[in-house]
Amino acid sequence: MRLKGAQILIKALLEEGVDTIFGYPGGVVLDIYDELHKGQLRHILVRHEQGAAHAADGYARASGKAGVCLVTSGPGATNTVTGIATAYMDSIPLVVFTGQVSTALIGSDAFQEADITGITRPCTKHNYIVRRTEDLARTIKEAFYIARCGRPGPVLVDLPKDVAQGMAEYAPPEASPASFREPSYLPDTEALRQVIGMLRQAKRPVILTGGGIILGRASEDLRKFVRTTGVPITSTLMGLGAYPGTDPLWLGMPGMHGTYYANMAVSHADLIIAIGVRFDDRVTGRLSDFASQAKIVHIDIDPASINKNVLVDLPVVGDSRTVLHQLNQMLEQEKEAVPADDLRAWLRQIKEWKEYAPLFYGTGEKIKPQCVIETLYRLTGGEAVVATEVGQNQMWTAQFYHFNRPNQFLTSGGLGTMGYGFPAAIGAQIACPDRTVLDIAGDGSIQMNIQELATAVNYNVPVKVVILNNGFLGMVRQWQEIFYGRRYSHTNISQVPDFVKLAEAYGATGLRATRPEEMETVLKKGLETPGPVFMDMVVDPEEGVYPMVGPGAALTEMDLGRKNG
Amino acid sequence: MEVKEHKMTLLVNNKPDVLARIAGIFSGKGFNIESISANVTLDPEITKITLVTRGNTATVGKIEKQLRKLVDVLEFNLAGNDRTILREMVLVRVPYLEENREKIRKDIENFHCRTLRMESDHCILEVTGTLEEIDWVLKGLKPLGIEDLSRSGIIFLK
Repeated sequence: MRLKGAQILIKALLEEGVDTIFGYPGGVVLDIYDELHKGQLRHILVRHEQGAAHAADGYARASGKAGVCLVTSGPGATNTVTGIATAYMDSIPLVVFTGQVSTALIGSDAFQEADITGITRPCTKHNYIVRRTEDLARTIKEAFYIARCGRPGPVLVDLPKDVAQGMAEYAPPEASPASFREPSYLPDTEALRQVIGMLRQAKRPVILTGGGIILGRASEDLRKFVRTTGVPITSTLMGLGAYPGTDPLWLGMPGMHGTYYANMAVSHADLIIAIGVRFDDRVTGRLSDFASQAKIVHIDIDPASINKNVLVDLPVVGDSRTVLHQLNQMLEQEKEAVPADDLRAWLRQIKEWKEYAPLFYGTGEKIKPQCVIETLYRLTGGEAVVATEVGQNQMWTAQFYHFNRPNQFLTSGGLGTMGYGFPAAIGAQIACPDRTVLDIAGDGSIQMNIQELATAVNYNVPVKVVILNNGFLGMVRQWQEIFYGRRYSHTNISQVPDFVKLAEAYGATGLRATRPEEMETVLKKGLETPGPVFMDMVVDPEEGVYPMVGPGAALTEMDLGRKNG
Repeated sequence: MEVKEHKMTLLVNNKPDVLARIAGIFSGKGFNIESISANVTLDPEITKITLVTRGNTATVGKIEKQLRKLVDVLEFNLAGNDRTILREMVLVRVPYLEENREKIRKDIENFHCRTLRMESDHCILEVTGTLEEIDWVLKGLKPLGIEDLSRSGIIFLK
């Protein structure tokens, strides 16, 4: 069947099971938009291309499917770069289609021309420029395959205008592109036997999980593994929700703003089984002191992650779900996976640490941001899908919203992109129309993609945005307070818009709480109000995130905050 | 950690952007590519690239893993000390003047150079050998006043 390039694109997307794309039209993608006009595919019109990339990312994280966006050439394409880099750092499967000037014009500095494959080479898993309409279908197939397989990531496909306009014979391509090697999902059985052997000898074991559990859909197998072994578990920011945050074996998050007991447990462990983590500097603290008493097993699908930052004792390359499934099978023959007496003593020690320094916050005349998160947790029954921006809002959410299931927490962990949360929440709400979707924001970060409020109102996407409004770029202010002698250089942003009026101006609902006693009522009302809602929480301006491990310090060197510290 | 020279070959898809992807992995780690040589194999769809870089072994190991992740990299090989044949070629232009003719003729013989061009005022010589041999020849030719030279970068076969 002979089809136009634009038709092939839509057909190929439908073949891939895509139901929704996020995009913004422009000159060179007019043929594609004309095809979209037939309505075979749901297209969400964002208000800025960065929003399209983040929304596709939020859709991907909440649904576990690949997110798709479509933008025009030049500025349309370059505006997606932050969103692509965000997805790349967090290994999120995205397929980004960018328009390009006609092949004959490429390299001539044509109007709205940008070398987007060149620009995104270091922040995509792979990218393509399609030069012939007959290559389009196969390229799309490969792009989706690469985005999803192994360690997922964003793939960009650049589409020159004449490729979308040209005609070619269309036949759905082969299931798996022959030109690309399948990554190795199957672990080495001998290595797994060694893991079991190391567990058998461990006195103070800790399981450390990350985003790889969620991406690998290994949550059920992980829960079984923890139940069978009885080993306490901590997870990086990216892995929150893979293990229930309410379980007694749960230690909370380790690292710079991790819990005292998670950091103490990691630092005193004699065995760490790390699964789907990449040992980011925010997690390890000073590398030379990280888990210095422990043997480290590192299980990851990406061989390049292993021995990258932390040298490990036992590397296991494999898919997290397959590895955990096989470990669970091997453990069925074991009477006692970990020596029970030693484990009991270890858990007792951890309990003492938990009692010595639980997460806490004070009370006062102003609303405490941590209390906002705890109240939201209670009001939503811990069931909401929660996106965050970046900074204090992100850390408080990670600490005080106890995530219980995977794909529930959406945050820019690697790149740390302010402006991520709101469009990501919109994407997540579109993927999960029946769930409550929150964006926990700061007054700084919400202004970075606030134009997407028009998108939310346009499509009646009922995202609830809770702004922890402290009049500061709070996390940077906190660093200035601690490390720069309270010289608050350019972090005071108290000149903010009236968020209530702003929400109303866009056609959304705006609510505000300024006193602790109003807070719960406003949150409740906001959650019950249909459609998109902004809740402006005027919080204690100089509240900090604690515990805190300073940059370059060891995980044991924690500032526990004003009360204990 | 010990910094040393690492030589590697890659079999890659013969596409316009592949070299840029490979170069990006090196520059991303702050590594310089000391020499690079690339051409198609018997299969015109596949190019063989030979690269030399300097760095500590651990970082080169990380670069290797990153290179292996590139979609267009089909095969990766590090040169070992064992039975690896390494060669580089250099073209050198030296002045060919009355007063140094005798010395040039002697050098050509001593250093096993091929004479590719001999004109009244200059000549172009070709030398093929190991890195050490080439360095030795260039050192020897230096007193003649080397006007210009081109080195091919090393290639190797196991």
